[in-house]
Amino acid sequence: MVDVMSKNRAVVTLPTETQILIERDFAAPKHLVYKAVTTPELVSKWWVGKRGEMKLAEIDLRVGGKWRFLMIAHGKFEVGFHGEYREIVPNERLVSTECYEGIPDPDAHPTVNTMTLRQVGDVTKLRVLVQCESKEQRDAIINSGMEGGMQEAYDLLEEIAVSLQ
Amino acid sequence: MARAPTTSDAFNAVAEPRRREILDLLAKGERPVNELVRQLRLGQPQVSKHLRVLREVGLVHVREDGRHRLYRLNGRPLKSIHEWVKNYEQAWSERFDRLDDVLDELKREEDSDGGRHE
Repeated sequence: MVDVMSKNRAVVTLPTETQILIERDFAAPKHLVYKAVTTPELVSKWWVGKRGEMKLAEIDLRVGGKWRFLMIAHGKFEVGFHGEYREIVPNERLVSTECYEGIPDPDAHPTVNTMTLRQVGDVTKLRVLVQCESKEQRDAIINSGMEGGMQEAYDLLEEIAVSLQ
Repeated sequence: MARAPTTSDAFNAVAEPRRREILDLLAKGERPVNELVRQLRLGQPQVSKHLRVLREVGLVHVREDGRHRLYRLNGRPLKSIHEWVKNYEQAWSERFDRLDDVLDELKREEDSDGGRHE
């Protein structure tokens, strides 16, 4: 079904034609989730997922401060994102721009990402609302995830194949 | 959050939680409106409004049966949406699974610190 609500899985919905909403629960207090998303050494440990190696994580955590993440996708090509912090409420809310460096003139096409953290008991509910400039941009972002997904599927297949040897 | 002005495609249609509930109910079989009203505990006008949106994007079909209008799910657009978003969702899931590991480490560090933190 569309609405897969199992607890520790990312749920992606599309609230409007220009937005993407990503939601995920974490079994940790919110100050630790905040720390993990705003500390370069920690971001380096998770941000690439299974898609490559982290090459660089820079975070200047103040309003107007810049961030930049760079990864090497499967040892082949660099994929970079950067942006600027617009609003910071420690442990609760982080608004930043995000520009994908793989397109011409990335700074002309930022998304505005609003991350909020809400703690309910021992669980922190993370929400990232990605505001795109157009439906086309939103669709392109979703499609970029498709490539990643395909790659992950191949990786998984490879793992399974290796385990069967 | 600003509401979508109208719902021109199936993506927006399923972003509304109540509409997802309707689809979940219809996934179990064809239903008349009054049954949906009862199960959702919503007013008939709201349910009818949601159904109209779902019909416009082709997610539900309707047929007349005497005095009743029966609604049923049409899974086809749903499947393509799900396939489309699922891969993006998968990428985030992989990323967040690693964040889980980082958080476990941080919790252990904090515990061994005797709970000293800001």
